[in-house]
Amino acid sequence: MIKFSKQQLKIPKMMRPVYLVTGGMSEFRRAFPEKRTEELCVEALTMAAEMINMTPAELKSYIHTCYYGHFADHFGDQLLGESVIHDRLGLDPLGNIGVKTGGATGGSTLWEAVKAVASGYSDCALALGWERMDEVPTDEGNHLISCAADKDWETPLGHIYTGYYAVMAQKYWQVYGKSEDSFRKTMAEIAVKNRGYAYHNPFAQGGMKITVEDVLKSPVVAYPLRALDACLMSVGSACCIVADEKTAFKMCKNPLLVYVAAGTHTLRPADRRDMEIPLLPNETKNTYKDLDKRFPGGELYPGFTGFLAARMACYYAYRMAGIYDPCEDFDLVELHDAFTISDIQSYEDVGIRPYGEGRTYVESGDCYVTNPKTGKPGKLPANPSGGLIGCMHAVGATGLMQVCELMLQIWGRHAEVHGDAKRWKSFGKTKPKDWKDLQVKGAKRGLAISHAGVGSHVTATIVVDPKHQLKGGKA
Amino acid sequence: MSCAHEQNRGKVKVDDNRYKVKGEFHVAYPNTPIFNKQGKLCGVTNPRDMTYIHSYGAEAPFFEGLSKGVLKGTKCENPDCEYKGSVYIPFRIYCPDCLRKMKIVDLTAAAKKTARIYTYMVCERSGAFNTLDKPIKFINVKIEGTATILMSYLYLGEPSMGMRVVPIFRTKNPTYTITDLSWVPDGTPKSKLPKGFSF
Repeated sequence: MIKFSKQQLKIPKMMRPVYLVTGGMSEFRRAFPEKRTEELCVEALTMAAEMINMTPAELKSYIHTCYYGHFADHFGDQLLGESVIHDRLGLDPLGNIGVKTGGATGGSTLWEAVKAVASGYSDCALALGWERMDEVPTDEGNHLISCAADKDWETPLGHIYTGYYAVMAQKYWQVYGKSEDSFRKTMAEIAVKNRGYAYHNPFAQGGMKITVEDVLKSPVVAYPLRALDACLMSVGSACCIVADEKTAFKMCKNPLLVYVAAGTHTLRPADRRDMEIPLLPNETKNTYKDLDKRFPGGELYPGFTGFLAARMACYYAYRMAGIYDPCEDFDLVELHDAFTISDIQSYEDVGIRPYGEGRTYVESGDCYVTNPKTGKPGKLPANPSGGLIGCMHAVGATGLMQVCELMLQIWGRHAEVHGDAKRWKSFGKTKPKDWKDLQVKGAKRGLAISHAGVGSHVTATIVVDPKHQLKGGKA
Repeated sequence: MSCAHEQNRGKVKVDDNRYKVKGEFHVAYPNTPIFNKQGKLCGVTNPRDMTYIHSYGAEAPFFEGLSKGVLKGTKCENPDCEYKGSVYIPFRIYCPDCLRKMKIVDLTAAAKKTARIYTYMVCERSGAFNTLDKPIKFINVKIEGTATILMSYLYLGEPSMGMRVVPIFRTKNPTYTITDLSWVPDGTPKSKLPKGFSF
């Protein structure tokens, strides 16, 4: 499909508003040799109950249908893992369904739960995700992940997903990054920022204080990407509870409006045909009229440099939630930083910067909680959780973790949860003496992007304080 | 893998529209316990050694073509399709727009004359079951007149964007997988081709 019909471009309509009532997470680690998956899922659901002063049993009494995100059955050698978890959470005989969209599984799981409430089918729904990536050795894990590529045309080429992704990274690096050392350093800054933010997050797996030099000296995975440019491979669980307005305000005093939209693009980048750039609300055709002149080699859209699925998810979601300019209308974002370079690509797909100019979001300091250039709050902080590079990528849980983090930020409860010494201790960690509060002051609206490898599936989730809902258009 | 198992490795034939299997398709190794440092039981290993049986369906002509030194694509010839005339490599059975079955076309000559690297990546690592030599030079190849950009690997030389490449085919002892197709820089002499491959 190169052109879209009017029906296909219809802005999704929800039959009633949907609210995010609460959410919770387990700790995230590379492996949990002494914990079953259900223990991690129970931890996430229990935290969700505690956040709104309920017992797990009280919270469960509101839930009507359940949506489970778990991408890779073959990692755990367990089909229908959803049924196992559903039983262990004590949620039978409620209807449940498993959702699988690669790295976007967490976001897609929430998409399903939100639609169930929006349609009136359920008044309250559970979206819970997890991943168990420690049950095979790493090289077998790489093979299993590569099975998410086309098994006849791509998987036999190395059995390693990074390679299929990296050809896109290389194209962006050479066309838009112009292979400049300065651009390479900008990429490294993202890894430094996200691992640094994760250092203050008790749930996080990969918190580290590192420098740009550390990133540039780390082993090459697929040039120009190095080990510290890459996301983590994680085990853990996260969940969100959504409800209609009446139920939501019964369950907690300050539920948040939630909107989710999704887009897809071919599993094989090989099949991505040239097309016009779908425009976000604040863009016009003139925005991109000379893109190929400014960036020779960038003639094709999306070519191998953009993720159409991310663009389409935002095309729908921004118009659903009244977002005009993401930089002005959001207070923070949680982006799917699978690799530093795909993070930069995403800034453009989601409209934080126009295509070709993603690097300036980092170089301006806008993406930091505190802008290192001005010492003032960053314009649009990205991934205060640490993201996938610093916090985790437990695939089925990732998109839900991001939304939990937005919720805590908009509730103004970031420090209460992340700065709780008891929580650090319960995870077998010590709260750092130099722990920093990464609360984005006055956060009212946030965006989370959940992205499957090579951009085959992407969801855009927007969380809004209902007192600060937007009507669309220029402010 | 034992010698006996290697000799008795499972093989499949199709007879009367059914799979006829012969030999060993899985090996059952006993599981082993996993203890922590203190000797506490944490879990068990669950070994699996399995062979999948996979149909190429109507894509089989593409993989068979590689073994004969032919690169096949497909073309939409539906006069009512908005995108009629589009040529696809990777080979697609149905047109993605009109869903009409497409015509198989030979792209070997076009590939030899016009193929260029659109993007590439040199990958130092691989996953389990990889059969290619490392580092793997992933390349995405644009052939003039096609609507798509094929992923493959460069066997000789160092890749760069825009570089002219020509296809080579594993015609001796083919695996009948996508690894039977590879590429070398334009102008590479026949004597330099890897064992089993030909132009």
